[in-house]
Amino acid sequence: MSAAPGVHLQGDLWLGDAPLMRNLDLDLPAGGWSCLLGPSGVGKSTLGRLVAGLPGPFGLHGACVASDGAPLQGRVAMMAQDGQLLPWASVLHNVTIGARLRGQVPDGARARALLAELGLDALAHRRPATLSGGQRQRVALARTLIEDCPVVVLDEPFSALDAATRLAMQDLAARMLTGRTVVLITHDPLEAVRLADRAWLLSPDGADALDLPDTHAPRSYSAPATLAMQAQLLARLHGMHPA
Amino acid sequence: MSGRVGALLRGVLALGFGLGLWHIVVWASGVPPFILPGPMRVAESLWANAPMLAQNARFTLFNLVTGLAAGITLGVATALNLALSPSARLLVRPMLIFAQAVPVFALAPVITLWLGYGAPSKIVIVMLVIYFPVASAFFDGLMRLPAPLADMAQLMRATPIRRLIWVQVPHALPSLASGLRLAVVYAPFAVIIGEWVGSSRGLGYLMLMANGRGQTDLMFAALLVLAALSLTLFFVFEAVTQRLARP
Repeated sequence: MSAAPGVHLQGDLWLGDAPLMRNLDLDLPAGGWSCLLGPSGVGKSTLGRLVAGLPGPFGLHGACVASDGAPLQGRVAMMAQDGQLLPWASVLHNVTIGARLRGQVPDGARARALLAELGLDALAHRRPATLSGGQRQRVALARTLIEDCPVVVLDEPFSALDAATRLAMQDLAARMLTGRTVVLITHDPLEAVRLADRAWLLSPDGADALDLPDTHAPRSYSAPATLAMQAQLLARLHGMHPA
Repeated sequence: MSGRVGALLRGVLALGFGLGLWHIVVWASGVPPFILPGPMRVAESLWANAPMLAQNARFTLFNLVTGLAAGITLGVATALNLALSPSARLLVRPMLIFAQAVPVFALAPVITLWLGYGAPSKIVIVMLVIYFPVASAFFDGLMRLPAPLADMAQLMRATPIRRLIWVQVPHALPSLASGLRLAVVYAPFAVIIGEWVGSSRGLGYLMLMANGRGQTDLMFAALLVLAALSLTLFFVFEAVTQRLARP
Protein backbone atom coordinates (compact mmCIF):
# COMPACT_ATOMS: atom_id res chain seq x y z
CA MET A 1 0.00 0.00 0.00
CA SER A 2 1.28 3.44 -0.89
CA ALA A 3 1.29 6.15 1.81
CA ALA A 4 -2.25 7.24 2.60
CA PRO A 5 -3.03 10.74 1.31
CA GLY A 6 -5.34 13.23 2.98
CA VAL A 7 -8.41 14.34 1.09
CA HIS A 8 -9.65 17.89 0.72
CA LEU A 9 -13.27 18.38 -0.23
CA GLN A 10 -14.59 21.87 -0.77
CA GLY A 11 -17.57 23.46 -2.52
CA ASP A 12 -21.34 23.02 -2.89
CA LEU A 13 -22.91 19.60 -3.35
CA TRP A 14 -25.84 19.42 -5.79
CA LEU A 15 -28.34 16.67 -6.35
CA GLY A 16 -29.76 17.19 -9.86
CA ASP A 17 -30.49 20.94 -9.90
CA ALA A 18 -31.21 21.25 -6.18
CA PRO A 19 -28.50 22.15 -3.68
CA LEU A 20 -27.90 19.37 -1.17
CA MET A 21 -25.16 20.85 1.01
CA ARG A 22 -23.51 24.24 0.79
CA ASN A 23 -20.13 25.64 1.78
CA LEU A 24 -18.39 22.36 2.40
CA ASP A 25 -14.78 22.60 3.46
CA LEU A 26 -13.61 19.24 4.74
CA ASP A 27 -9.99 18.48 5.43
CA LEU A 28 -9.79 14.71 5.89
CA PRO A 29 -6.48 13.91 7.64
CA ALA A 30 -3.99 11.52 5.99
CA GLY A 31 -3.97 8.14 7.70
CA GLY A 32 -6.73 9.16 10.12
CA TRP A 33 -10.45 8.54 10.64
CA SER A 34 -12.86 11.23 9.49
CA CYS A 35 -16.48 10.84 10.50
CA LEU A 36 -19.38 12.37 8.63
CA LEU A 37 -22.30 12.33 11.03
CA GLY A 38 -25.79 13.39 10.06
CA PRO A 39 -29.45 12.49 9.87
CA SER A 40 -30.83 10.33 7.06
CA GLY A 41 -31.28 12.10 3.73
CA VAL A 42 -28.78 14.88 4.38
CA GLY A 43 -26.40 13.57 1.72
CA LYS A 44 -23.82 11.60 3.74
CA SER A 45 -23.79 8.65 1.36
CA THR A 46 -23.58 11.00 -1.61
CA LEU A 47 -20.38 12.45 -0.14
CA GLY A 48 -19.06 8.91 0.27
CA ARG A 49 -19.81 8.11 -3.38
CA LEU A 50 -18.14 11.36 -4.38
CA VAL A 51 -14.91 10.48 -2.57
CA ALA A 52 -15.04 6.93 -3.99
CA GLY A 53 -15.60 8.27 -7.52
CA LEU A 54 -18.83 6.34 -8.00
CA PRO A 55 -21.50 7.54 -10.45
CA GLY A 56 -24.75 9.17 -9.40
CA PRO A 57 -27.12 12.07 -10.14
CA PHE A 58 -25.01 14.45 -8.05
CA GLY A 59 -22.33 17.02 -8.71
CA LEU A 60 -19.78 18.98 -6.72
CA HIS A 61 -19.27 22.63 -7.58
CA GLY A 62 -15.81 22.72 -6.10
CA ALA A 63 -13.08 20.16 -5.76
CA CYS A 64 -12.33 16.82 -4.16
CA VAL A 65 -8.59 16.17 -4.29
CA ALA A 66 -5.94 14.04 -2.62
CA SER A 67 -3.23 15.87 -0.67
CA ASP A 68 -0.47 14.20 -2.69
CA GLY A 69 -1.84 15.62 -5.95
CA ALA A 70 -2.40 12.19 -7.56
CA PRO A 71 -5.93 11.22 -8.64
CA LEU A 72 -8.05 9.38 -6.06
CA GLN A 73 -9.43 7.01 -8.67
CA GLY A 74 -8.22 3.46 -8.17
CA ARG A 75 -7.06 4.16 -4.61
CA VAL A 76 -10.40 3.98 -2.81
CA ALA A 77 -12.06 0.88 -1.35
CA MET A 78 -15.58 0.93 0.02
CA MET A 79 -17.54 -1.06 2.55
CA ALA A 80 -21.27 -0.50 2.91
CA GLN A 81 -24.09 -1.60 5.16
CA ASP A 82 -25.19 -4.50 2.96
CA GLY A 83 -21.61 -5.70 2.59
CA GLN A 84 -22.04 -6.07 -1.18
CA LEU A 85 -21.06 -9.73 -0.94
CA LEU A 86 -21.72 -12.09 -3.84
CA PRO A 87 -24.52 -14.35 -2.57
CA TRP A 88 -23.57 -17.26 -4.85
CA ALA A 89 -19.89 -17.33 -3.89
CA SER A 90 -18.04 -18.75 -0.88
CA VAL A 91 -16.41 -16.51 1.72
CA LEU A 92 -12.96 -17.19 0.24
CA HIS A 93 -14.16 -16.45 -3.29
CA ASN A 94 -15.80 -13.25 -2.07
CA VAL A 95 -12.59 -12.06 -0.44
CA THR A 96 -10.54 -12.69 -3.61
CA ILE A 97 -13.06 -11.37 -6.14
CA GLY A 98 -11.14 -8.11 -6.72
CA ALA A 99 -8.11 -9.93 -8.15
CA ARG A 100 -10.37 -12.05 -10.35
CA LEU A 101 -12.15 -8.95 -11.66
CA ARG A 102 -8.82 -7.34 -12.59
CA GLY A 103 -7.48 -10.51 -14.21
CA GLN A 104 -4.84 -11.07 -11.53
CA VAL A 105 -4.09 -14.35 -9.82
CA PRO A 106 -5.93 -14.35 -6.47
CA ASP A 107 -3.56 -14.45 -3.49
CA GLY A 108 -5.14 -17.39 -1.67
CA ALA A 109 -2.49 -17.46 1.06
CA ARG A 110 -3.03 -13.80 1.98
CA ALA A 111 -6.80 -14.27 1.86
CA ARG A 112 -6.58 -17.21 4.26
CA ALA A 113 -4.25 -15.28 6.57
CA LEU A 114 -6.68 -12.36 6.66
CA LEU A 115 -9.65 -14.64 7.28
CA ALA A 116 -7.74 -16.26 10.14
CA GLU A 117 -6.89 -12.85 11.60
CA LEU A 118 -10.57 -11.90 11.49
CA GLY A 119 -11.63 -15.21 13.04
CA LEU A 120 -13.26 -16.45 9.85
CA ASP A 121 -10.98 -19.35 8.92
CA ALA A 122 -13.59 -21.98 9.73
CA LEU A 123 -16.11 -20.25 7.47
CA ALA A 124 -13.98 -20.00 4.30
CA HIS A 125 -16.26 -22.26 2.27
CA ARG A 126 -19.62 -21.02 3.54
CA ARG A 127 -22.02 -18.84 1.53
CA PRO A 128 -22.88 -15.33 2.85
CA ALA A 129 -26.51 -16.31 3.47
CA THR A 130 -25.42 -18.86 6.07
CA LEU A 131 -23.45 -16.28 8.09
CA SER A 132 -24.56 -13.89 10.82
CA GLY A 133 -24.63 -10.13 10.17
CA GLY A 134 -21.39 -9.61 12.08
CA GLN A 135 -19.65 -12.43 10.23
CA ARG A 136 -20.76 -10.99 6.89
CA GLN A 137 -19.34 -7.58 7.80
CA ARG A 138 -16.07 -9.24 8.81
CA VAL A 139 -15.94 -10.87 5.36
CA ALA A 140 -16.58 -7.47 3.79
CA LEU A 141 -13.80 -6.02 5.95
CA ALA A 142 -11.42 -8.79 4.82
CA ARG A 143 -12.27 -8.00 1.21
CA THR A 144 -11.70 -4.29 1.79
CA LEU A 145 -8.33 -5.03 3.43
CA ILE A 146 -7.10 -7.34 0.68
CA GLU A 147 -7.75 -4.60 -1.87
CA ASP A 148 -5.04 -2.68 -0.02
CA CYS A 149 -6.28 0.80 -0.93
CA PRO A 150 -4.88 3.78 1.01
CA VAL A 151 -8.32 5.41 1.21
CA VAL A 152 -11.34 3.53 2.60
CA VAL A 153 -14.94 4.75 2.62
CA LEU A 154 -17.14 3.08 5.24
CA ASP A 155 -20.80 3.82 4.48
CA GLU A 156 -22.75 2.92 7.62
CA PRO A 157 -21.03 -0.46 7.67
CA PHE A 158 -22.20 -1.46 11.14
CA SER A 159 -25.68 0.02 11.35
CA ALA A 160 -27.52 -3.28 10.78
CA LEU A 161 -25.66 -5.02 13.62
CA ASP A 162 -26.81 -5.50 17.20
CA ALA A 163 -25.23 -3.17 19.78
CA ALA A 164 -22.59 -5.55 21.15
CA THR A 165 -21.51 -6.83 17.72
CA ARG A 166 -21.35 -3.24 16.52
CA LEU A 167 -18.93 -2.24 19.30
CA ALA A 168 -16.74 -5.28 18.57
CA MET A 169 -16.73 -4.51 14.83
CA GLN A 170 -15.79 -0.88 15.54
CA ASP A 171 -12.74 -1.98 17.56
CA LEU A 172 -11.77 -4.52 14.92
CA ALA A 173 -12.10 -2.02 12.07
CA ALA A 174 -10.13 0.62 14.00
CA ARG A 175 -7.31 -1.89 14.54
CA MET A 176 -7.28 -3.35 11.03
CA LEU A 177 -7.54 -0.04 9.14
CA THR A 178 -4.78 1.73 11.07
CA GLY A 179 -2.68 3.92 8.79
CA ARG A 180 -5.33 4.30 6.12
CA THR A 181 -7.34 7.42 5.41
CA VAL A 182 -10.81 6.36 6.48
CA VAL A 183 -14.06 8.20 5.77
CA LEU A 184 -16.74 6.85 8.10
CA ILE A 185 -20.31 7.76 7.23
CA THR A 186 -22.69 7.19 10.10
CA HIS A 187 -25.87 8.36 11.78
CA ASP A 188 -24.76 6.93 15.12
CA PRO A 189 -23.24 9.64 17.40
CA LEU A 190 -21.53 7.06 19.62
CA GLU A 191 -19.83 5.49 16.59
CA ALA A 192 -18.59 8.90 15.46
CA VAL A 193 -17.29 9.85 18.89
CA ARG A 194 -15.59 6.50 19.42
CA LEU A 195 -13.77 6.26 16.11
CA ALA A 196 -13.16 9.77 14.77
CA ASP A 197 -9.89 11.65 14.64
CA ARG A 198 -11.89 14.44 13.06
CA ALA A 199 -15.66 14.66 12.70
CA TRP A 200 -18.33 16.85 11.16
CA LEU A 201 -22.04 17.14 11.75
CA LEU A 202 -23.72 17.51 8.36
CA SER A 203 -26.80 19.60 7.67
CA PRO A 204 -28.12 21.31 4.50
CA ASP A 205 -26.27 24.46 5.55
CA GLY A 206 -22.95 22.68 5.48
CA ALA A 207 -20.60 20.73 7.69
CA ASP A 208 -19.99 21.76 11.27
CA ALA A 209 -16.64 20.57 12.66
CA LEU A 210 -17.01 18.85 16.03
CA ASP A 211 -14.87 19.36 19.08
CA LEU A 212 -13.90 15.78 19.99
CA PRO A 213 -12.55 14.60 23.36
CA ASP A 214 -8.75 14.88 23.39
CA THR A 215 -8.18 11.15 23.86
CA HIS A 216 -7.08 8.68 21.18
CA ALA A 217 -9.59 6.75 19.04
CA PRO A 218 -11.05 4.19 19.43
CA ARG A 219 -12.46 5.73 22.60
CA SER A 220 -14.13 3.78 25.34
CA TYR A 221 -17.91 3.80 25.07
CA SER A 222 -18.14 4.24 28.85
CA ALA A 223 -15.73 7.17 29.28
CA PRO A 224 -17.58 10.23 30.66
CA ALA A 225 -16.24 12.48 27.87
CA THR A 226 -17.52 10.05 25.19
CA LEU A 227 -20.92 9.80 26.80
CA ALA A 228 -21.25 13.54 27.30
CA MET A 229 -20.37 14.18 23.67
CA GLN A 230 -22.81 11.48 22.53
CA ALA A 231 -25.61 13.12 24.56
CA GLN A 232 -24.79 16.52 23.11
CA LEU A 233 -24.80 15.17 19.54
CA LEU A 234 -28.05 13.31 20.11
CA ALA A 235 -29.62 16.57 21.25
CA ARG A 236 -28.43 18.34 18.11
CA LEU A 237 -29.65 15.55 15.81
CA HIS A 238 -32.95 15.51 17.66
CA GLY A 239 -33.24 19.26 17.08
CA MET A 240 -32.88 18.73 13.31
CA HIS A 241 -35.77 16.28 13.28
CA PRO A 242 -38.44 17.45 15.72
CA ALA A 243 -41.06 14.69 16.03
CA MET B 1 -35.54 -40.08 -0.43
CA SER B 2 -38.89 -41.00 1.14
CA GLY B 3 -40.25 -37.67 -0.23
CA ARG B 4 -39.28 -38.71 -3.74
CA VAL B 5 -40.89 -42.15 -3.36
CA GLY B 6 -44.02 -40.44 -2.03
CA ALA B 7 -44.12 -38.07 -5.00
CA LEU B 8 -43.73 -41.02 -7.38
CA LEU B 9 -46.52 -42.88 -5.61
CA ARG B 10 -48.81 -39.85 -5.84
CA GLY B 11 -47.96 -39.55 -9.55
CA VAL B 12 -48.83 -43.19 -10.20
CA LEU B 13 -52.05 -42.78 -8.25
CA ALA B 14 -53.05 -39.68 -10.21
CA LEU B 15 -52.26 -41.46 -13.49
CA GLY B 16 -54.36 -44.46 -12.46
CA PHE B 17 -57.20 -42.18 -11.48
CA GLY B 18 -57.04 -40.37 -14.84
CA LEU B 19 -57.03 -43.63 -16.81
CA GLY B 20 -59.90 -44.97 -14.72
CA LEU B 21 -61.97 -41.84 -15.32
CA TRP B 22 -61.23 -42.02 -19.05
CA HIS B 23 -62.32 -45.65 -19.16
CA ILE B 24 -65.54 -44.93 -17.26
CA VAL B 25 -66.45 -41.96 -19.48
CA VAL B 26 -65.98 -44.03 -22.65
CA TRP B 27 -67.86 -47.02 -21.20
CA ALA B 28 -70.77 -45.04 -19.70
CA SER B 29 -71.32 -42.65 -22.62
CA GLY B 30 -71.04 -45.30 -25.34
CA VAL B 31 -68.96 -42.95 -27.56
CA PRO B 32 -67.85 -44.82 -30.67
CA PRO B 33 -64.11 -45.64 -30.72
CA PHE B 34 -63.38 -43.45 -33.77
CA ILE B 35 -64.44 -40.43 -31.70
CA LEU B 36 -62.84 -41.38 -28.38
CA PRO B 37 -61.15 -44.75 -27.96
CA GLY B 38 -60.82 -46.14 -24.44
CA PRO B 39 -57.46 -46.54 -22.71
CA MET B 40 -57.34 -50.28 -23.49
CA ARG B 41 -57.73 -49.67 -27.23
CA VAL B 42 -55.04 -47.01 -27.17
CA ALA B 43 -52.73 -49.35 -25.25
CA GLU B 44 -53.36 -52.05 -27.85
CA SER B 45 -52.53 -49.64 -30.66
CA LEU B 46 -49.44 -48.48 -28.78
CA TRP B 47 -48.26 -52.10 -28.57
CA ALA B 48 -49.18 -53.06 -32.15
CA ASN B 49 -47.58 -49.95 -33.70
CA ALA B 50 -44.59 -49.75 -31.38
CA PRO B 51 -41.87 -49.96 -34.11
CA MET B 52 -43.55 -47.29 -36.25
CA LEU B 53 -44.16 -45.03 -33.24
CA ALA B 54 -40.55 -45.42 -32.10
CA GLN B 55 -39.22 -44.57 -35.55
CA ASN B 56 -41.30 -41.40 -35.80
CA ALA B 57 -40.61 -40.46 -32.19
CA ARG B 58 -36.87 -40.64 -32.89
CA PHE B 59 -37.26 -38.15 -35.73
CA THR B 60 -39.33 -35.78 -33.60
CA LEU B 61 -37.03 -36.10 -30.57
CA PHE B 62 -33.95 -35.44 -32.66
CA ASN B 63 -35.45 -32.24 -34.11
CA LEU B 64 -36.70 -31.18 -30.68
CA VAL B 65 -33.34 -31.61 -28.93
CA THR B 66 -31.28 -30.19 -31.79
CA GLY B 67 -33.59 -27.18 -32.08
CA LEU B 68 -33.46 -26.62 -28.31
CA ALA B 69 -29.67 -26.83 -28.25
CA ALA B 70 -29.35 -24.43 -31.20
CA GLY B 71 -31.91 -21.97 -29.80
CA ILE B 72 -30.38 -21.94 -26.31
CA THR B 73 -26.84 -21.52 -27.66
CA LEU B 74 -27.91 -18.69 -29.92
CA GLY B 75 -30.02 -17.05 -27.21
CA VAL B 76 -27.24 -17.18 -24.61
CA ALA B 77 -24.67 -15.88 -27.11
CA THR B 78 -26.97 -13.00 -28.09
CA ALA B 79 -27.59 -12.01 -24.47
CA LEU B 80 -23.86 -12.05 -23.63
CA ASN B 81 -23.02 -9.96 -26.68
CA LEU B 82 -25.74 -7.43 -25.96
CA ALA B 83 -24.60 -7.16 -22.34
CA LEU B 84 -21.02 -6.44 -23.43
CA SER B 85 -21.63 -4.05 -26.28
CA PRO B 86 -23.68 -0.85 -25.96
CA SER B 87 -23.70 -0.37 -29.73
CA ALA B 88 -25.06 -3.89 -30.24
CA ARG B 89 -27.76 -3.03 -27.68
CA LEU B 90 -28.69 0.07 -29.65
CA LEU B 91 -29.02 -1.89 -32.91
CA VAL B 92 -30.28 -5.31 -31.88
CA ARG B 93 -32.44 -4.65 -28.82
CA PRO B 94 -35.34 -2.98 -30.71
CA MET B 95 -35.24 -5.84 -33.21
CA LEU B 96 -35.43 -8.34 -30.37
CA ILE B 97 -38.45 -6.60 -28.88
CA PHE B 98 -40.15 -6.36 -32.27
CA ALA B 99 -39.43 -9.99 -33.09
CA GLN B 100 -41.04 -11.03 -29.81
CA ALA B 101 -44.28 -9.46 -30.98
CA VAL B 102 -44.28 -11.65 -34.12
CA PRO B 103 -45.82 -15.06 -33.40
CA VAL B 104 -42.99 -17.23 -34.67
CA PHE B 105 -45.45 -20.11 -35.18
CA ALA B 106 -46.97 -18.08 -37.99
CA LEU B 107 -43.65 -18.25 -39.83
CA ALA B 108 -43.76 -22.05 -39.96
CA PRO B 109 -45.23 -22.24 -43.51
CA VAL B 110 -42.58 -19.86 -44.85
CA ILE B 111 -39.78 -21.74 -43.16
CA THR B 112 -41.11 -25.02 -44.56
CA LEU B 113 -41.26 -23.43 -48.00
CA TRP B 114 -37.64 -22.36 -47.74
CA LEU B 115 -36.14 -25.40 -46.04
CA GLY B 116 -38.32 -28.23 -47.25
CA TYR B 117 -40.17 -31.09 -45.56
CA GLY B 118 -37.16 -32.62 -43.82
CA ALA B 119 -35.56 -32.09 -40.42
CA PRO B 120 -33.96 -28.64 -41.01
CA SER B 121 -37.26 -26.77 -41.16
CA LYS B 122 -38.42 -28.32 -37.83
CA ILE B 123 -35.10 -27.58 -36.16
CA VAL B 124 -35.20 -23.96 -37.30
CA ILE B 125 -38.80 -23.48 -36.14
CA VAL B 126 -37.96 -24.84 -32.66
CA MET B 127 -34.81 -22.73 -32.58
CA LEU B 128 -36.64 -19.52 -33.48
CA VAL B 129 -39.49 -20.13 -31.08
CA ILE B 130 -37.24 -20.60 -28.05
CA TYR B 131 -34.50 -18.17 -29.09
CA PHE B 132 -36.37 -15.03 -28.00
CA PRO B 133 -37.50 -16.08 -24.52
CA VAL B 134 -34.03 -17.41 -23.71
CA ALA B 135 -32.20 -14.36 -25.10
CA SER B 136 -34.46 -11.79 -23.46
CA ALA B 137 -34.75 -13.50 -20.06
CA PHE B 138 -30.98 -13.93 -19.80
CA PHE B 139 -30.26 -10.43 -21.10
CA ASP B 140 -32.66 -8.86 -18.58
CA GLY B 141 -30.92 -10.77 -15.78
CA LEU B 142 -27.49 -9.62 -16.99
CA MET B 143 -28.54 -5.97 -17.08
CA ARG B 144 -30.39 -5.96 -13.76
CA LEU B 145 -27.25 -6.07 -11.65
CA PRO B 146 -28.00 -4.60 -8.19
CA ALA B 147 -26.35 -1.20 -7.69
CA PRO B 148 -24.14 -2.31 -4.76
CA LEU B 149 -22.57 -5.07 -6.88
CA ALA B 150 -22.08 -2.68 -9.79
CA ASP B 151 -20.37 -0.22 -7.39
CA MET B 152 -18.14 -2.98 -6.09
CA ALA B 153 -17.10 -4.05 -9.59
CA GLN B 154 -16.30 -0.46 -10.51
CA LEU B 155 -14.23 0.21 -7.38
CA MET B 156 -12.30 -3.00 -7.98
CA ARG B 157 -11.51 -1.77 -11.51
CA ALA B 158 -13.15 -4.77 -13.16
CA THR B 159 -12.67 -5.15 -16.91
CA PRO B 160 -16.01 -5.45 -18.78
CA ILE B 161 -15.47 -9.08 -19.73
CA ARG B 162 -14.45 -10.15 -16.21
CA ARG B 163 -17.32 -8.22 -14.69
CA LEU B 164 -19.57 -10.19 -17.03
CA ILE B 165 -18.03 -13.56 -16.13
CA TRP B 166 -17.68 -13.16 -12.36
CA VAL B 167 -20.61 -10.93 -11.44
CA GLN B 168 -23.24 -10.51 -14.16
CA VAL B 169 -23.50 -14.12 -15.36
CA PRO B 170 -23.76 -15.73 -11.90
CA HIS B 171 -26.32 -13.10 -10.93
CA ALA B 172 -28.34 -13.76 -14.12
CA LEU B 173 -28.43 -17.58 -13.87
CA PRO B 174 -31.87 -17.65 -12.19
CA SER B 175 -33.20 -15.46 -15.04
CA LEU B 176 -31.65 -17.82 -17.59
CA ALA B 177 -33.36 -20.69 -15.74
CA SER B 178 -36.79 -19.09 -16.19
CA GLY B 179 -36.03 -18.59 -19.88
CA LEU B 180 -35.10 -22.26 -20.17
CA ARG B 181 -38.32 -23.32 -18.43
CA LEU B 182 -40.30 -21.38 -21.06
CA ALA B 183 -38.18 -22.91 -23.82
CA VAL B 184 -38.90 -26.47 -22.77
CA VAL B 185 -42.64 -25.73 -22.68
CA TYR B 186 -42.67 -24.07 -26.13
CA ALA B 187 -40.36 -26.48 -27.93
CA PRO B 188 -42.78 -29.47 -28.27
CA PHE B 189 -45.48 -27.11 -29.65
CA ALA B 190 -43.02 -25.80 -32.17
CA VAL B 191 -41.82 -29.17 -33.40
CA ILE B 192 -45.38 -30.51 -33.83
CA ILE B 193 -46.55 -27.41 -35.67
CA GLY B 194 -43.51 -27.75 -37.92
CA GLU B 195 -44.57 -31.30 -38.74
CA TRP B 196 -48.20 -30.33 -39.26
CA VAL B 197 -47.26 -27.66 -41.77
CA GLY B 198 -45.35 -30.14 -43.87
CA SER B 199 -43.58 -33.39 -43.10
CA SER B 200 -43.44 -37.00 -44.10
CA ARG B 201 -42.17 -38.25 -40.74
CA GLY B 202 -42.49 -37.62 -37.02
CA LEU B 203 -45.18 -37.89 -34.36
CA GLY B 204 -47.02 -34.79 -35.59
CA TYR B 205 -47.15 -36.22 -39.09
CA LEU B 206 -48.33 -39.57 -37.69
CA MET B 207 -51.16 -37.87 -35.77
CA LEU B 208 -52.39 -36.04 -38.88
CA MET B 209 -52.23 -39.22 -40.95
CA ALA B 210 -54.00 -41.35 -38.34
CA ASN B 211 -56.66 -38.69 -37.94
CA GLY B 212 -57.26 -38.59 -41.68
CA ARG B 213 -57.71 -42.37 -41.81
CA GLY B 214 -60.00 -42.53 -38.82
CA GLN B 215 -57.38 -44.36 -36.74
CA THR B 216 -58.17 -42.38 -33.62
CA ASP B 217 -56.52 -44.96 -31.36
CA LEU B 218 -53.21 -44.52 -33.23
CA MET B 219 -53.56 -40.75 -32.95
CA PHE B 220 -53.96 -41.04 -29.21
CA ALA B 221 -51.04 -43.45 -29.03
CA ALA B 222 -48.82 -40.91 -30.84
CA LEU B 223 -50.09 -38.20 -28.51
CA LEU B 224 -49.14 -40.30 -25.47
CA VAL B 225 -45.63 -40.87 -26.81
CA LEU B 226 -45.29 -37.14 -27.44
CA ALA B 227 -46.47 -36.38 -23.92
CA ALA B 228 -43.93 -38.84 -22.54
CA LEU B 229 -41.13 -37.17 -24.54
CA SER B 230 -42.17 -33.69 -23.40
CA LEU B 231 -42.40 -34.79 -19.78
CA THR B 232 -38.97 -36.44 -19.85
CA LEU B 233 -37.48 -33.30 -21.36
CA PHE B 234 -39.28 -31.19 -18.79
CA PHE B 235 -37.85 -33.18 -15.86
CA VAL B 236 -34.33 -33.08 -17.28
CA PHE B 237 -34.60 -29.29 -17.64
CA GLU B 238 -36.15 -28.96 -14.22
CA ALA B 239 -33.11 -30.66 -12.69
CA VAL B 240 -30.77 -28.35 -14.61
CA THR B 241 -32.66 -25.13 -13.89
CA GLN B 242 -32.94 -25.90 -10.22
CA ARG B 243 -29.17 -26.05 -10.07
CA LEU B 244 -28.93 -22.74 -11.94
CA ALA B 245 -31.54 -21.01 -9.82
CA ARG B 246 -29.84 -21.90 -6.54
CA PRO B 247 -28.55 -18.65 -5.03
